[in-house]
Amino acid sequence: MQITLSVENLTKKFGDFTAVRDVSFQVEDGKFFSILGPSGCGKTTLLRNIAGFYEPSAGSIKIRGEEMTGVEPNKRPVNLVFQHLALFPMMNVHENIAFGLRRRGLAGKEVDQKVNNMLERVGLPGFGKKKIDQISGGQKQRIAIARCLVLDPSVLLLDEPLGALDAKLREHMKVELKKLQVEVGTTFVYITHDQSEAMVMSDHVAVMNSGQFEQLDTPQNLYHSPKSSFVAQFVGNNNKLAVKVHKKEGGEFYARYIDGRDYLLEGAYDLDQGDEYDMFLRPEAVVINPPAEDKKFNVMNCTVKAVLFDGGNSRLLLIPETTSEELIVALPQTKQYDYLKHGDVIKIGWNPATAVCFRKVDVKIYDDV
Amino acid sequence: MMMSKLRTIRWSFFVFFIPVFLWLFLLIVLPQLELLRMSFLGTDYYGESGVTFDNYWAFFSEPIYWLTFVRTALFSILVTLIVLLIALPVAFYITKVASFKITGFLMVIILVPFWVSELIRVYGWMILLRESGVLNHFLTSVGILKVPVEMLYNDITMIMGLVYTTMLFMIVPLIGVMESLDDALIEAAHDLGAKKLTIWRTIIIPYSMPGIMSGSIIVFMLVLGSYLTPNLMGGKNSLWFTEQIYNQMIIYFNWNQGAAFGFMLLLLSSVIIWLALKLTKQDWRSVIK
Repeated sequence: MQITLSVENLTKKFGDFTAVRDVSFQVEDGKFFSILGPSGCGKTTLLRNIAGFYEPSAGSIKIRGEEMTGVEPNKRPVNLVFQHLALFPMMNVHENIAFGLRRRGLAGKEVDQKVNNMLERVGLPGFGKKKIDQISGGQKQRIAIARCLVLDPSVLLLDEPLGALDAKLREHMKVELKKLQVEVGTTFVYITHDQSEAMVMSDHVAVMNSGQFEQLDTPQNLYHSPKSSFVAQFVGNNNKLAVKVHKKEGGEFYARYIDGRDYLLEGAYDLDQGDEYDMFLRPEAVVINPPAEDKKFNVMNCTVKAVLFDGGNSRLLLIPETTSEELIVALPQTKQYDYLKHGDVIKIGWNPATAVCFRKVDVKIYDDV
Repeated sequence: MMMSKLRTIRWSFFVFFIPVFLWLFLLIVLPQLELLRMSFLGTDYYGESGVTFDNYWAFFSEPIYWLTFVRTALFSILVTLIVLLIALPVAFYITKVASFKITGFLMVIILVPFWVSELIRVYGWMILLRESGVLNHFLTSVGILKVPVEMLYNDITMIMGLVYTTMLFMIVPLIGVMESLDDALIEAAHDLGAKKLTIWRTIIIPYSMPGIMSGSIIVFMLVLGSYLTPNLMGGKNSLWFTEQIYNQMIIYFNWNQGAAFGFMLLLLSSVIIWLALKLTKQDWRSVIK
């Protein structure tokens, strides 16, 4: 596969503050690549470096093998879909899409033809004459993307373009965007703080935190085998259990939770720097009333604190025995668990392979949590 | 219940409306109507007064009148354009380039001169520019000029003075409209391949058009109707149309002729503004907003 975008050791400093620290990655031709991170992690800065609005403090950006340092944004073969789309309000849809073509010196029939083709491609044929304030949020979205795609860029950069849409439309646009990307085959680099957007659409996702990539992987790997505590917390939902890890004679590692029980872990741990760990347990990986006597299965006794009904997204709020902590467990809507109510004592269990454990670190995912 | 509520609304409406109405009607509409009436009055050869179009006819038959008129209009348009050309980058710098701290300081610098009356400001320029003025003194003492030159009383000085006195009225509406211009629009244009000049032509100016038009209308009206600056800085050569009105009314005591000239000026400014709005395809309502 040909490499379209290659970023090497990119660093961007604003005064004393380092927004992006030594980031390297490559994106193959035609892939959908996402950069996922909380606000303020430097992902927008990284994107603006690629688009050319910032000059990197160190490192290099190559597009199709060509060095981009010092090249103005208007000369780069990349286009950016802005967070608030930045459609030109004084022009109609046709003029918006034609803007970039005209800047390339195209005129007349050629422009009209390309614009109309593009409008058809994004599913808005005949919208050319409409004014920007006459079309809906989702349509604006598609026009903003069409305006860039019509220039046939090597890389299309998208800066959280779905952020301004309401939840239902966002769900819809996620799928639309992925379909569009597959159809046009352009390389997309998408930044977002919404892990679901990143997972649904991307071939590869880089999880970014305080200016660095924590992990660059496929969505599946990010979900199933996060490489750091931050990724485990940021990608998908996770219960975080403070545990002490110790090794038993058999060579197996166990995590002791504050309920006084030991839970089997998978893999090996280096206990030289202390045994304080965080164990992460996905709500959907936990089984309620696990089949008895599977030795490998970890079993925990809990009290039901509340049933949080939310359709297919329903959960149980549990309190592990003898503790005051809370656990969230997925509640399958198969009628099987309808009898559960506040105060019930139940057993839950999980396969050790589904839990991950990382050395305790203080990471803030959101400012308010 | 409904009726009483409606009545209180009406009552309060009249309380607030009457002063405005009286002010508008007694001080603006009524005098204008009287002037309009006067502009159609005249005395014939036998001293009999009556309704006549002579006052308006005099305007077209005497070249000095309508030439002054055309000259005033053209210079007003020129001044408006110069003010616009200077104000656009200034407003852009204040709203988009300068840091937040400097913005307030720059605004004060622009506003401060306008706390002083126009008369004082124009006299200030006269002290600087006249034959025995500061600039001449400096240039002769440095040796650039051998003898002092009279820098006042020519068209260029007059235009400069008019540009100076009206600049603020262009900058303020431009800042207003440019502040609402999203930086991302400029960046998007840059990203889509536009050069700096193209961004100005295709994004900034079209976006600022309501501000440009309202600023231009204010500046144009002020310049067209200004009396002090052309008179003091342009001197007797200035041939500004307001001077003709002044001369007719104050020097020749011909109020009928002066009133007719006044209405010609009103007509001229209305027509030019209407044309400008039509040419730039601007909506009157978005401009006065």
